[in-house]
Amino acid sequence: MSVDTDVEKLIAALAEAVISHADELTALDRAIGDGDHGLNMQRGFEAVLKQLPSLAGQPLPEALKAVGMTLVMTVGGASGPLYGTLFLQLGKELPAGANRQQLCTALAAALTALKLRGKSERGQKTMIDALEPALEAFQQGKDPVAAALNGAEATIPMQAQRGRAAFLGERSIGHMDPGARSSALLIAAAAAVGAQQP
Amino acid sequence: MNPAAPLEDQLSLVGIVVVSHSADVARGTAAIVEQMVGTSVPLAWCGGDPSGGLGTDVAAILTAIETAWSERGVAILADLGGAELNSAMAIELLPPERQSRVVVCRAAIVEGALVAATEASCGSSLEQVRDSAEAWQP
Repeated sequence: MSVDTDVEKLIAALAEAVISHADELTALDRAIGDGDHGLNMQRGFEAVLKQLPSLAGQPLPEALKAVGMTLVMTVGGASGPLYGTLFLQLGKELPAGANRQQLCTALAAALTALKLRGKSERGQKTMIDALEPALEAFQQGKDPVAAALNGAEATIPMQAQRGRAAFLGERSIGHMDPGARSSALLIAAAAAVGAQQP
Repeated sequence: MNPAAPLEDQLSLVGIVVVSHSADVARGTAAIVEQMVGTSVPLAWCGGDPSGGLGTDVAAILTAIETAWSERGVAILADLGGAELNSAMAIELLPPERQSRVVVCRAAIVEGALVAATEASCGSSLEQVRDSAEAWQP
């Protein structure tokens, strides 16, 4: 991931990652939730794609804020305010032309805002279980994509304590959290774009 | 109530907003509330995601808050996590001077709306309305 990344390329890659996996995300959510995570995320990122021409000319922080607001207004499920908060806060915290250290700081602040929004912590079978390990890996110069994927895998044996899946109690065990999966997809997409940068 | 507040504000009642994943649940809850308190309490509801499916819509929540707006504040009753999160998000998108005058009550949506509206109809403050809704036990 690089801070000077091409805004248009980054946002298109994030949207593509979610939209191309919408069926998988919905299937995961059908197992332990209300079965709409893929559909909701697809609706949100399709709305983001429609704005791509205007986002492309903006500085990265402004574009991230616009993505966050679009997700808030279009997703409809809990993932709207959760991903919306993540993108909005990242956009607010990221200085223009940020260096790697500043990106780390902004990502950490965005994760903190997300935890406050969802009143959740790692280990509760949520998107945080993919995002926090990825951030830690990135801070330590390790591979954030592998950390996010492993983090999502690690939600399988967890019992859900937040969201609709928490209603299932022990029956939520044995399924990957759909939010952790979508988070891992977004991180992989962002890292792939970052890796292409000079 | 601050006696220096305009008379209109002293007489107004706390508004109630019902936010459900389902428009049917929201509409039905509002009907039950209205049967109890009539039209004295500012009341609005919304339900369904931006595509009309089950879920909630931040823009619709903002419209409902505007419809039920009272200078004494607005209490929101929501069902399930997404409705609560989107309601909290909607509050943050309000003008700063209004943000502190809207609260999400942690209560069952139907019973909470009924208790909150009944409390509001007595001229109670936003804090009293929320406390009553959250204290109610079946």
